[in-house]
Order: sequence, then C-alpha cells, then structure tokens
Amino acid sequence: MNLSRNWLQDFVDVKDIDNHSYCDRLTATGSKVEGFEVLGNDIENVVVAKVTAMERHPDSDHLWICRLDAGDRGHDIQIVTGAQNVFVGALVPAALPVAKLPGNVVIKAGKLRGVESAGMLCSMGELKLTAHDMPGKEENGILILDEDCANKLGADIRDVLMLKDTVVEFEITSNRPDCLSVIGLARETAVSFDRPFNVPEPKVTGAKDGDKIDNYLNVSIDAPNLCYRYAARVVKNVKIQPSPLWMRMRLRAAGVRPINNIVDITNYVMLEYGQPMHAFDYTCLDGSQIRVRRAKDGEAFRSLDDIDHTLDSSMLVIADEKKACALAGVMGGANSEIKENTATVVFESACFNGASVRVTAKKNGMRTESSSRFEKGLDPENCLPGLQRACELVELLGAGEVVDGIIDVYPEAKPLTVLPFTPDRYNQFLGTKIPNEHMIATLTALGCKIEKNQIIVPSWRADLGCMNDIAEEVVRIWGYNKIESSRMNAETTLGGRSDRMNYEIELERQLTGLDLSQIHTFSFISPKYYDKIRLPAESPLRRSVKISNPLGEDTSVMRTTALPSMMEVLARNNNFNNENIRLFEIATVYLPHESADELPDEKKVVTLGLYGNADFYTAKGVCEAILERAGIEAEFTAETENPSYHPGRTAKIIAEDGAILGIVGQADPRMAANYGFTQPVLIAELSFDELFRHINPRKSYHPLPKYPATTRDFSFVCDEEVEVGAIEGIMKRAGGKLVEAVSLFDIYRGEQVGGGKKSVSFRIVFRAADRTLTVEEIDKLCKKILSDLKFKMNLTLRS
Amino acid sequence: MKEKLQQISDEALQSIETANESSLEQIKIKYLGKKGELTAVLRGMGALSPEERPKIGQLANEVREKIESAIAKKVQQTKSKALELKLKAEKIDVTMPGTALPAGHIHPLTSVQRELENIFIGMGFEVVEGPEVELDYYNFQALNIPENHPARDTQDTFYITDKILLRSQTSPVQVRTMEHRKPPIRIISPGRVYRSDALDSTHSPLFHQLEGLVVDKGITMGDLKGTLETFAKKMFGEDTRIRFRPHHFPFTEPSAEVDASCFVCGGKGCRLCKGEGWIEILGAGMVHPFVLSNCGIDPEEYSGFAFGLGIERITMISRGIDDIRLFYENDQRFLDQF
Repeated sequence: MNLSRNWLQDFVDVKDIDNHSYCDRLTATGSKVEGFEVLGNDIENVVVAKVTAMERHPDSDHLWICRLDAGDRGHDIQIVTGAQNVFVGALVPAALPVAKLPGNVVIKAGKLRGVESAGMLCSMGELKLTAHDMPGKEENGILILDEDCANKLGADIRDVLMLKDTVVEFEITSNRPDCLSVIGLARETAVSFDRPFNVPEPKVTGAKDGDKIDNYLNVSIDAPNLCYRYAARVVKNVKIQPSPLWMRMRLRAAGVRPINNIVDITNYVMLEYGQPMHAFDYTCLDGSQIRVRRAKDGEAFRSLDDIDHTLDSSMLVIADEKKACALAGVMGGANSEIKENTATVVFESACFNGASVRVTAKKNGMRTESSSRFEKGLDPENCLPGLQRACELVELLGAGEVVDGIIDVYPEAKPLTVLPFTPDRYNQFLGTKIPNEHMIATLTALGCKIEKNQIIVPSWRADLGCMNDIAEEVVRIWGYNKIESSRMNAETTLGGRSDRMNYEIELERQLTGLDLSQIHTFSFISPKYYDKIRLPAESPLRRSVKISNPLGEDTSVMRTTALPSMMEVLARNNNFNNENIRLFEIATVYLPHESADELPDEKKVVTLGLYGNADFYTAKGVCEAILERAGIEAEFTAETENPSYHPGRTAKIIAEDGAILGIVGQADPRMAANYGFTQPVLIAELSFDELFRHINPRKSYHPLPKYPATTRDFSFVCDEEVEVGAIEGIMKRAGGKLVEAVSLFDIYRGEQVGGGKKSVSFRIVFRAADRTLTVEEIDKLCKKILSDLKFKMNLTLRS
Repeated sequence: MKEKLQQISDEALQSIETANESSLEQIKIKYLGKKGELTAVLRGMGALSPEERPKIGQLANEVREKIESAIAKKVQQTKSKALELKLKAEKIDVTMPGTALPAGHIHPLTSVQRELENIFIGMGFEVVEGPEVELDYYNFQALNIPENHPARDTQDTFYITDKILLRSQTSPVQVRTMEHRKPPIRIISPGRVYRSDALDSTHSPLFHQLEGLVVDKGITMGDLKGTLETFAKKMFGEDTRIRFRPHHFPFTEPSAEVDASCFVCGGKGCRLCKGEGWIEILGAGMVHPFVLSNCGIDPEEYSGFAFGLGIERITMISRGIDDIRLFYENDQRFLDQF
C-alpha cells in the first residue's frame, strides 16, 4: 500500500513529523514501512512563465526565440525552444538556471546556434508526467498550462501541478485489510503519534427532483453466503471528463493511473476508504436489474481488459437479467464498462466472501487491487460510507446528478464482537506493567468502545477475537521494546536429543574423522535419475511420492534412494576437476505406502561416495569402521545382482540376525559413465535406521589376557575365485574359542603360483584365558584347522 | 719427592687440557694406572722418613684427586660437545608441512544447526523431529490457516494430494508434540521445509528451519524476549541486543519479527546490515489460543511462545556466504572451508 502523505493530512495532522521519524514509528507500532519516496525532489527551479513574444531563430527553421515573463524570477527572459506548440500568451513550465529535472538532468544557461537561452521550456515527459496524469495536453510539445496559472507567474511548478508529496510504502499483513486504505493508516498514524483523528461523514445532496433509484434498478442476492451486502446508487446526467488535478495527483502518488472522473472516483474511494467500488454503464444492464449469483458452469465472460474467461459455479458474478456484467470483487466486464458517452452510472459498493473472491481471482489468473482487498475479508459496514463518499465526490467534481435513494441489500448484519476487558491479564501475559488508562486510551483511539469492562470491537477489526489480540493492540502501541526480558519461571525440563539423533552426530564426527566430507542434497529428484542409476524397470523404488505442482521435472518426485543425489554431487565435483573426493550424506528417503492418503515412510540412509585415491577396500574400510565404532558384528558377502554396482566388486553387509545393513561397492562402470566418470567410483548405501537398531553402545569389559599368546602363519595357494572370508570363517570355527584372532597378511599372485591362482597368507593368534597353551595343544588345533580346510575347500598348505 | 709430585700434577693437568676423547684414556693410564707415574711415586714412599710419609701421602692423594676430577670434567666437556654437534647435524626444516592426516568437513548447515540446537538444549529444550511429507491439517489448518486463507499465499506450497503436502514450515512438529504431550513443553524442531520458490542466490525450494515452542503455566512475552536475547548473545556474541517489531503470523498472537544488532558493526551500520545496524534473524510470538485448544491444551490455563528461524539465513549471515545455492552444490572447495 502506497500512502500519500498529502492525502493522510486530510484525516490526521502529522505535517511536523519528518519522514524518517514517521516511518520508524509506524513500523514500531505494527504497520511495516518498506521505504518512502519524496516526490518532486528531482525538480528544481522550474517555474510558471508566460510567453510574451516569439520570433524565429535566424539560423534555424524550427527553433523559436521566446521571451517570457516569469514574475519575480524575471519579467523578460529569453529562452530558445524547438517545440512548435508554443504561442504568445501561452503559460509554460520554464526551467531557469540552474534547474534540475528528473533523471538527473541539469539545465544551465547557454547558446543555441549562437542565440542566448536562459533555460528551457519543459514538456510533460521532462517533468516525468504522462498523458494519463495530464489529460488533454500535448504529449510531444511543451506542456501548456491552464489559464488559471496566469496569476502564478514565477511560482514553483511543483506547487502549481501538485507534484510535491511523500509516498510511504507499507507492507500490510493479511490480517489488516483495514490498513489497505488512507483512512485505516491515518487511524494507525493518529494512535501512533497520539494525535486527533477525524473522518468527516460524506454528505450527498442528491438531485432532489422526485426521481428515485427504484425507477432504475432492482438488486437481488441469490448467493448470500458469498455476498454479505450489496449497496448501489445511480448517477444520471453524467459528464465523462478528466478528474481534477488534485485527484489525479493523489491517484498518481498511490500508483494508480487516472482514467476519467467516474473511474477515478471508484479508485479514489477504494484507496481512501479501503472499499473496492465498481461503476457500471446503466444502459448496458439488461432488465434494469442486478442479480448477484453464482456463474453457470461454462459461462463466458469478457473482462474489461478484453480477456475472455470461462466461468464455473464456484465463482460469483454480478449479472443483469441476461448476462454476467462483472466478476464479483475481481473485475468488471467489457460489456458494461464506462465509456466516453456513458450518461447514467450505477455505483456498486458491496461486500463479498473473501475465500470465494480469492479462488475466483486465482482461477482466472487476475489478481486485482479489488480482489486482493476482498480476499482478506472486508467490513460490510464500510459499504455505505464508501458509496456515499463516491457520490459526494460526484457532486464535488460536478460529474453528474446523484439520483435520490440508496439500494442496500444486507441480508444479515454481523453483530459486533464483544470481549472482556481484562487489563491485569494482559499485563500478566505480556510481562508488562502498562497502566489501565493507557490501555483504554489506545483501544479507544483504535475504534474500540470500552463499557462496563467490556470491549466492543469495531466492525473493521475482524482480526480482534480473543485476549491475545487485545494484548497485542495494547503492547504494540505501548512499545514492544519496552517489554522487559525475563527468565521463564516454569517447571524444569530435561532438554536434549534422542539416542537416534546422538548417533547421527556420532556418525558425522566419525565419518569426517575418516576424511569424508558431509554434503546436503535436495530431497526431490527427477524420475529420470532412476534410469541414470540403472534401477530395474520393475524395482519398487521407482514408485515415489510425486509433487503435483513441481517447479520442474528435475525436482518432481521425492527420492526413494539417495544414490542419485550422491552421484550428481560426485559428478559435479569431477566436472570442477576436484580430485580425490570422499563424501557422505545422511539423507532422508521417502517410501510411499499403497494408499495415496497415507504419509510415506521417511527413512534415513548413509550414502558414501568416493573417487580418486580410493578403491573398494577404502569404501569397505569406512563401513567396517562404522560397524566397529557401533559395536555391530556383520558379514560382507559378495553381491552380484544390483545393477547400480559392479557385479564383481560389491558386498552386501549383513548383521548377525540376518538384517541387511547396506551395500558397498564400486559403481557399475555403465552407471558411472552416466555421470561422466571414466575412473572407478566407490559408493555405499547404509541404512541408518538398521545401524541404529543394531548398535551396541555399552560394550562389556573382557579381562586383559594374563597368559601369553602363540601365533602361527599359514599360506595356501588357491583359485582366484576363493573368498578370503570363507577361509577365515573355517579357521575361526575349527579353532573354536582358543583362536583369538585370524588375519590375512599377504596375498601374492604371480608365476610361482600359476595363472588364475593366488597365494593367501594368514596369521592365527592362539590364546587361552586360564593357562599357557602347550605346543601339543596348538599343533592339535592347527591340524584340525588344516583338515577342515582340506575337507571343505580342498586347500592345502603351500609347500 | 714433593717436587716430583708437583711436576706430575702440572704435566698431567696440562695434557688433559689439550686431550681428546681417546687420548684421555691414555693419560689416565699414564698417570693413574697400575704402572702409572703417580703409582710409581707412591711405591717409592717406603724410602721416606716416617715424618715425611703422611705428608707426601696426603699430597699424592691430592694430586690423584686433582687429576681424576680434571679427567672427569674433560670427559663431561667432550661428551656434551659431541652431543651438541650431533643435535646440530640433526636439524630439520620445521616449516615443511606435517604428515597429512586428512579429515573431512562437516557441512556448514549442519554445524550451524548443531550450534543452534546446543544453545537451546542448554536452556532445557528437547530436540524433536517430524515428517517432511505432511498432512495439510498439521501444516496449515491446525495452525489457524484454513483453506483459502491469504496467508497461504506467502508460503507457496508443494502439494502431493489435496490433503498431503511438503511441509512449508517445521511448525507441524509443534502441533504433533502438543497433541500427545502435556505441558510443560519446551522443544525445538529443526529440519527441512519446502516452498515453491525458484532457485536463485537468495531463494531455494528446500531449506532448513529451526522452530521452538514453549508451553506452560504463566509463560509471558517477556519470557520470549528473554529466551531470544539469551540465544542471540550466545549465537552472535555477548554484546548483541535484540529488537522486536510487530508482525502477523496466523499461529501466534502477538507476533513479532526479531532483529539482532549487527555483529559486524555493533549497530553503527555496515555492508552486512545494509546500513541499518540491525539484521532480521527470526519470527516469533505468543502461541495463538486457537492453536493451543486445537491441540487439546486449555489456553485459559496455559500460555506459550514459539519462534522460527531459517538455518540457511543464519549460516549465511554468520559465515559471510552470499549465495544459498552453494549449500546444495557441495563443491569440495566450498566444503573444505568449514
């Protein structure tokens, strides 16, 4: 909402308050100021002057040498102009040195083709005015001022054209539609500065010729739940012409384009009273009637901006006997628009259901000044004052004769809200000590009536409905910043995080300690990303939660796997030539249920992504470290079926109870290639929830060994395919509890062992908790281990 | 004999003075050894008179001690000299880089989120999470934002179905908490929220919020101010002041936008605060009684406050980041800075 401070002065006198103080105070009391603009500041030393003589420039066929009388500023000033619409006797704006014009133009005295010119005559464009601001004036030539300027020679053009004003831009919150008006903001201003506030009641004389509105019009409301009130007056003998300068300049300051007197009046009243108005050309209303009804499904409507719409029955229209003439509260129709020759006008001042106007405006893609006010819920009691103000202005402007009588269809007046006045409670709730008198003064100034400890809320404050609302009114004027900070005087609470959150933090710390950096990626992805990671067509993971109104395909479904997000980030880093990348994300995935009405399961997964100085065993090592820290026993088994992963370089991680904790491996080269990789990429996906479920945070103590251990080393030659894990498993099982540890310490491939073979070397540590093992005991164990290996895997010691 | 001893002493001391490590041993043998010069003198003592014997004996012992200590001293000297030389030779270039023990980096959004959480945990708040794909009821209706309410405009929302959406704020977590818990409630709910804003340097369709909620008997707006003031001081420094500006949120009443004094210029006005001296950091207010009663909490008995802040915004302000997209690009060169 743009507020003209000149206009504001009509209702409250704050002339003495400078712009900064004004804006700061209004922001502090709840009407947020975005900024202000001082109009006319960009014009200096432009005055009214009269052309007293003209002659042709001797060296030019289009320049004129004008002599001007600018009153006190000089009675005989010579200015050269190129404009052809100047004549002797014309009143013109003259820029006298040193003058300033909009756009940082500076006018100095000079010579034009050798002839002295003490300034410049100005066009409307040079004063930043448009043909709308100055109707009927030459747009391309010099601005010829009206005759009534003859006695203002030498006067500042900004005073003469009413260009001086300050426009304050407010951001009005959706609960305060009453402040989308000069009067509403004037009331806030008056309360904020403790100044008197007065809105004169509009006075309409009327034609008083015996003619009645009933002779013209009949109004009915067919949909009273969408239209709470409909008031109308008729104006006859209308003369469509430009509205006066003061009105045009106020509209201009508010950012509204002047059109003609009738249209300008409707806009003026909307801005002043916050009551959207509409004017119909009476002759276009068939059947002399107005019906406020729902549109028919498929009903055609052309709005006055000449756009065709197809309506439906959720929308409300203002119709005559035959057709829709306006989309209620949004925009009028082209069929009943005010034209040059309009002679009789119907003014509408109505109150429509906010939600309905909002839906209608949205569906038709036309949010207007009117609809954006209605959608916030307007005051039905404002209809008549607005209507009367419009008619008052008609008479003031001599725009026509107001036919006597008002049509006012108001099915059900809403009773005023009454709330208890409980000052102690407000203070207790706010933590303040605001005196009662101050509360009463504030509420009264805001329009409330306080009687017998009750507050009668004014009709325009539908937002005041409970104790908190009144407390806010009181404290925002008193000063939010006068509230003293306090410590909660309340029961102690045990704050903190859940074990699950703590584990997440633990993981973050561990993984960063292992040289992985954390990433955050979007939760929504493109469904095409499932192809990119080579997810099978029948994979249930392809069924994702879909956004019905996405910004674009790339962010249109909620991911069921975080692998594509990781791959995208790896690819981006690769494109940036970042080397040796190691990343992790603790990401949420969204797994839908069968029914679309159910919320999806939100699961956390830990994804790892590495490239550069890393191989499968680096990624596996990270996984093992996670398991080790969490105290989880798990097995890694070869996984060959996951198409995102290399079939020969991938392992599933399985907990002792059989639960799958995750998968780690090298990305399938075809998948990696989809992301522009030619080098190996290592990835892992671990279920955060499963890890957390298996966590063994309180490990118990095993006494430190008292007796020495014995180690024995074994080497075998076996086929390349034999898994080291299998050998280890047999060794552990065969050795039983006397085997403390088995570790692989060497793998050798080469000529000595033959093609397709490898030599693997293990160290077994033997120890008993209660004695020193004898050589005989150990030999016996070794024998058993070797025979098991021979029997189960056909392995024999390398000779 | 006396003269002989004096001569041995002088000679020995002189040769010790100029000796090195190996010659010292020879000197020791030459004078003090079994066949050494001093030993020879002592052997010849039998020829002396009984009066002279103790005198000469004492003198001989003195000479022995003198030589022994001179040798010991010299040994000590040569040893420390050798050590000095050794240490000198072992000198390395300490300006060369340390052996790399690389560590990864926590994402700045996480660091800031943890920092915020810890401040509030210190004030007795519990961290609570909730679903991101949420019912319209929890995101809007229960928060006093019915269908077609104009406030829905300010948070353009991603919908899944008519009834399910991507939460546009973490406030639904507050509602869910109040539904199944009785006061005292003191929670914060950090997490992802979604709004259909196109991605540019200051907007992202996905960002992180942290909201707080307190409900108990006798909670005042002064308590809200006190809590946020404590938070601002912990987050931005002890000298930070805060300022409340009236605002409107459907789920709080009264509502405020909260500014912190600029921690760069301290309120004088600088580039960060755009000359204002203040930086908007969060929105807050007293929980609307409609929201409380919706969750089965009697607003006549209980009151509370709520606040919400954008983690991206706080991170950008506190780390001097000027483009929100950097958070989600995850360029290693960006991550390495935190």
